Amino acid sequence: MSQSIPNPENVARFVLDNGLVVLVRENPSAPVAVLEGYLPAGAIHDPADKVGLCSFVAAMVTRGSAHYDYATFNETIEAIGANLTVAADTHVTSFNITSLSEDFPTMVQVLADVLRRPTFPQEHVERVRRQKLVRIQERDQDTQSVAILRFYEAIYGDHPYGRSVSGYTETVSAIRREDLEAFHQARYTPQGAILAVSGHVQAGAVLDLLAQHLGDWQGPAPAQDVPPPPPRESAQRLDYPMPGKYQADIIVGCQAVSRQHPDYYAVRVANTVLGQFGMMGRLGEEIREEQGLAYYAYSTLDAERAGGVWLASAGVNPANVERAVAAIEEQFRRLAEEPVGEDELADSQAYMTGVLPLTLETNEGVASTLLNMEWYGLGLDYLLRYNDLIYGVTPEDVQRVARLYLRPDRAVTVVAGPPGDG
Amino acid sequence: MAPETRLKTTLDNGLQVILQESHVAPVASFWIYYRVGSRNELPGTTGISHWVEHMLFKGTEQFPRGEFDRAVARAGGLFNGMTTQDWTTYFETFPADRIELALQVESDRMANAVFEPGEVESERTVILSEREGSENSYFYLLSEEVQAAAFQVHSYHHPIIGWKSDLQSLTREDLYRHYRTYYTPNNAVAVAVGDFDREQMLARIADFFGAIPRGPAVPPMRLVEPEQRAERRVVLRGRDRTGYLLLCFHAPAATHPDFFPLMVMDAVLGGAKGMGMLGGNANNRSNRLYQALVDRDLAVAVGSSYRPTVDPNLFSFYATLAPGVHHQQVEDALWAEIVRIQEQGVEAPELEKAIKQTRAQFVYSSESVTYQAYWLGFSEMVASIDWLDGWLDQLSAVTAADVQRVARQYFAPHRQTVGWYVPDDGSDAS
Repeated sequence: MSQSIPNPENVARFVLDNGLVVLVRENPSAPVAVLEGYLPAGAIHDPADKVGLCSFVAAMVTRGSAHYDYATFNETIEAIGANLTVAADTHVTSFNITSLSEDFPTMVQVLADVLRRPTFPQEHVERVRRQKLVRIQERDQDTQSVAILRFYEAIYGDHPYGRSVSGYTETVSAIRREDLEAFHQARYTPQGAILAVSGHVQAGAVLDLLAQHLGDWQGPAPAQDVPPPPPRESAQRLDYPMPGKYQADIIVGCQAVSRQHPDYYAVRVANTVLGQFGMMGRLGEEIREEQGLAYYAYSTLDAERAGGVWLASAGVNPANVERAVAAIEEQFRRLAEEPVGEDELADSQAYMTGVLPLTLETNEGVASTLLNMEWYGLGLDYLLRYNDLIYGVTPEDVQRVARLYLRPDRAVTVVAGPPGDG
Repeated sequence: MAPETRLKTTLDNGLQVILQESHVAPVASFWIYYRVGSRNELPGTTGISHWVEHMLFKGTEQFPRGEFDRAVARAGGLFNGMTTQDWTTYFETFPADRIELALQVESDRMANAVFEPGEVESERTVILSEREGSENSYFYLLSEEVQAAAFQVHSYHHPIIGWKSDLQSLTREDLYRHYRTYYTPNNAVAVAVGDFDREQMLARIADFFGAIPRGPAVPPMRLVEPEQRAERRVVLRGRDRTGYLLLCFHAPAATHPDFFPLMVMDAVLGGAKGMGMLGGNANNRSNRLYQALVDRDLAVAVGSSYRPTVDPNLFSFYATLAPGVHHQQVEDALWAEIVRIQEQGVEAPELEKAIKQTRAQFVYSSESVTYQAYWLGFSEMVASIDWLDGWLDQLSAVTAADVQRVARQYFAPHRQTVGWYVPDDGSDAS
């Protein structure tokens, strides 16, 4: 191999005095530098009547900061063909820099100003609000987005995981400039923040650079604890008629595991078998290839810190909704009732371990991987242990987690699409 | 500039081969491109190229349905297929030591796809489902209407996925004939980029593909779109509440001398998008359209689009309307930006920025063997790999006068096709 995978021997890890964690992987193969980072400020911190606040702050910080007003920021970044993005997620605000390595110092300087000293110009507050409201409107007109949104609301109930990260028309309309400032003040903090860098850089120089621009940043300790979501005891079916549409989107899913749960790897492997492998696993084979019902059918696992969901989705003609729901439930049952074949399991394990070099091909892939390893406390040797974690899953494990989590009697089923004839 | 580790040749059976070594990561990507797309379809057979692409995943004798995907995934590979107006492509990206499997499956599919009648029928409903999924979007429906209005003669008139009536009536024999006509070594280009020795890779490609016999000459595509003399307008109404606008002009093909001035125009107006195919910059707020429409609250999203194609296609402007704004205001604002370039041209710093952004895009994309192989094959489809190698030089040679000249030449009111999506609930502020 011309390049070994990231491991404790070739990744530098530093912790600044203010708690900010820095990871660096030197990769001189192209004159590029990529930085991926998390701040411990997420949508879980949104007040219930101002859902979308964290996302609003993320959209605002690149629209004016102490040394880079809107026009200066745009010109600085775009004149050198670089990227700097900030986006909200459930637990974190993520940010990214992509630039030529020669411009990396400039980009770090801009990033530090954006994260630490945003000015929230009123004119832009209103403009961003208008843009967000139109995007929410577009989301609420899209069958797949509506199905996902309603599924999360139903499966998690009042738990913060059930809310939309970008918010709702009413909540985004209610956000004021002082809310943005207060959120930034309280939640944007170096404690618990992580920056992962990969590219044509020198680790010591990166550390000096980050210490220079972020070392004297002080902030409160982060609040990341969310209670586990309340368990569901019953099944639920929700239909959302959307006039003017031709195809229905279906989600069938259940509560599953958090990222730290001992069953996590067994569920990951089981999910590959169910709805990822090849042309989207057993679901794709049955619903698309065998029955010709849908252009897409697959399953996903969304494991967060306090809990997770395991869901199947498909887009079908309204006439085929019930057949597709039944087919999904049948695959849930099959995985729970019959042991997965040795060969089928080995195929999925070979795929999951085999694609690892592909995900580590680019600087962005390396930086994102390092970032998540640190965020979930997996250790710098995680990629060295990864194959054993995946191959350690047995057919019994797959069947056990399928039985435990893929419970049609506790599943939430959402259908969003053309109104029925009735 | 072509890299030293590049190799380009043609096998005896007409298969073109383009290889490029990249030893950055232990991965390799293999792409096979066929010179067939919706451009090659006649009325009554629209969508046939895309459907054939689907059928190539439905099995050969050696790899029955499902075996292909299992074999590739088991080897830690990623795969997909893609159909465009001009070409169809299939690719696999693997850990470098597995790349031979790509040669095996692609050479097998070129010659031995089965087109089993039951699979044809099952795929008919899958493709109808794919089409219906797109129809859920009024922006898609508007794009389809505008494209159909802009092209009255040329086959760019119809959507790649095809008209629904054709998808309902095409037969297994139609599909198989199309496959046998276009899926031949003399109508294909094989591209590999990654961690291999190019001479060894060439020998392996010759082993797998060399024995496939040359096919008949491909039927020529003779349709030429006549000069547009009258502006065309479509107004689509529907239940969704977000307004959209499209404004399109006929524009030249990839190999035309005016292609690069128009590419610069695209960057100045809507921001550089690399090679105008994938990605582009995430930060794109300092371009003229964004400043004129989004920063002035007429639109929440705006952009321009101009892609390299085999035949003359469209230079398009698109906008998502801000609430309470009338389509006419947005159309007028777009035209004001066009007129500004026609009358005043562009500034030197704007040209410099377009070049810098494009240069950076090239460097970013060089990290991925998959992208590199994609671009090499794509370039060979619409022009040649020399055209790709010369991209930055060609772009750098464009002058402000060139941009002003093409703005005057191509952006004329009688050459426009305009599409409005207007919400039915009267939320268009008229």
